[in-house]
Amino acid sequence: MTDTRTTEIPDADAGTSWLDRVPSWAINVLSASVALGLWLLVGVLNIKGIPSPGQVLQTGLKALQSGVLAGDVVASLQRVISGLVLGVLCAIPVAFAMGWYRVARAVMEPWVQFLRTVPPIALIPLVVVLFGIDEGPKIMIIFFAAFLTSIISIYQGVVDTDRTLINAARVLGARDFDVFRLVVVPAAMPFVFVGIRIALAASWSTLVASELVAAQRGLGYRMQIAGLYFDLPTIYLNILVIGLFGFIMDRMLLLCEGRLIGWQERK
Amino acid sequence: MDKIVFDRVTKVYGEGAKAFRALEETTLRIADKSFVTVVGPSGCGKTTMMMMAAGLIKPDSGQVRVGGALVNGPSPERGVVFQQFALFPWLTVQENVEFGLRIAGLDKKARAEQALRFIELVGLADFRNNLPKTLSGGMKQRCAIARAWAVNPEILLMDEPFGALDAMTRVALNDQLLDAWRQRQSTVMFITHDVDEAVYLATHIVVMAAKPGRVSQVIQVDLPWPRNEEVRFSADFVAIRKAVWQAVHGHPATEPDVPRGGALAFHR
Repeated sequence: MTDTRTTEIPDADAGTSWLDRVPSWAINVLSASVALGLWLLVGVLNIKGIPSPGQVLQTGLKALQSGVLAGDVVASLQRVISGLVLGVLCAIPVAFAMGWYRVARAVMEPWVQFLRTVPPIALIPLVVVLFGIDEGPKIMIIFFAAFLTSIISIYQGVVDTDRTLINAARVLGARDFDVFRLVVVPAAMPFVFVGIRIALAASWSTLVASELVAAQRGLGYRMQIAGLYFDLPTIYLNILVIGLFGFIMDRMLLLCEGRLIGWQERK
Repeated sequence: MDKIVFDRVTKVYGEGAKAFRALEETTLRIADKSFVTVVGPSGCGKTTMMMMAAGLIKPDSGQVRVGGALVNGPSPERGVVFQQFALFPWLTVQENVEFGLRIAGLDKKARAEQALRFIELVGLADFRNNLPKTLSGGMKQRCAIARAWAVNPEILLMDEPFGALDAMTRVALNDQLLDAWRQRQSTVMFITHDVDEAVYLATHIVVMAAKPGRVSQVIQVDLPWPRNEEVRFSADFVAIRKAVWQAVHGHPATEPDVPRGGALAFHR
């Protein structure tokens, strides 16, 4: 029963449960541990189609010793990084030109919108037929994916630059090029990072698809071969490795983002 | 001598039946070294008028001259302080204040020195390496004022610069602004919604009216300098405050409902 004579003023923490005080990284670790635990449980139950973590680990160790895994990782990473870097490097100037010059916008926008609706994966058969199965065509497809996904976000960032900031620069004597260099470029940086992150995800998904069709090495290729032989642990292993590298690259981007655009006010 | 001249300026937004007459044939002369505050209901064209002087809005007809020269686009000769601070969030206080000097082509050392002078003038020396996100509203606006003044403009245009700040910060900033203005010996045009602020700061108060936007009255403020608490509580201040209130609202001000016995030490 509550005591009616005293009025309780809740302290500042009262509204927050103990859960609110657990740091996010701890929840991350917990979440991963629970998933691993469930997987272990499923492994014990020996369900068909789901290898146990132990099996996958064994497969992984074997692949490491034989050097197959390293070879696949290097091959795939090379493709992803080349395509991503090239795609973003081309998207940045084009997006800025589109955002800044009306003519460039009018020239480019219909093309970008048109090509954007064609999934890069759909280009794979075409590229294979036309250019074969070397590194070039694969990087080209990833380049397309990275370019087309990042350009929209960067362009939007350029267009959305705060008018007041542009006016503030103008009344301090800034000419058009000063406004572009000293206001629009830094103001759009957060959108550049969003664009790169979207492009990163698109690059990986496109990579796996391209290796499924035509490759002699690579994480996606290895899964395809494993599928033919019903080698489930290898499929799981490669899924995990792809996810892990995608995750690590995204975290690295976030780290750069924190350093480069830490000036942002977060609400 | 007139520093800022609005010569029969007109600005209409939109067309046809929906056209909004923000300013109609408005003429105003602002004397050199004066501190002019502008009050009026929303829609009276006060911001439009100020942005014309800044060169950010072109009048449909008529012209604006500053220092005898026709205004045709923005220029560092005419500093602007915006209501929403408009600091570059990726630059520190020092870098923000240096922005205009950098564009003017000053070398690193010269602009650092000049920026620091104005940062000290507004009392932000301890925060000069801070990013805007770490500053309070009042500090942000002080930084914006230092940035506007650092390029040594002939006039300073301030569009409700303290509108977003709390009353106590506002009073402190008013005094700081007046000090700086007297040191700088420049001309200031200052828009505000606050009648007290308008009287306290001004050598002249411009009262505007809406539909169509125009200047309805210019009231000279003959209060002694320097302005301080004593001036703020003087009978003359109250009289001018009443006159401005009447001019804006078209009816006499009602006395504020203050309990007796001095329980409220804080004015307003």
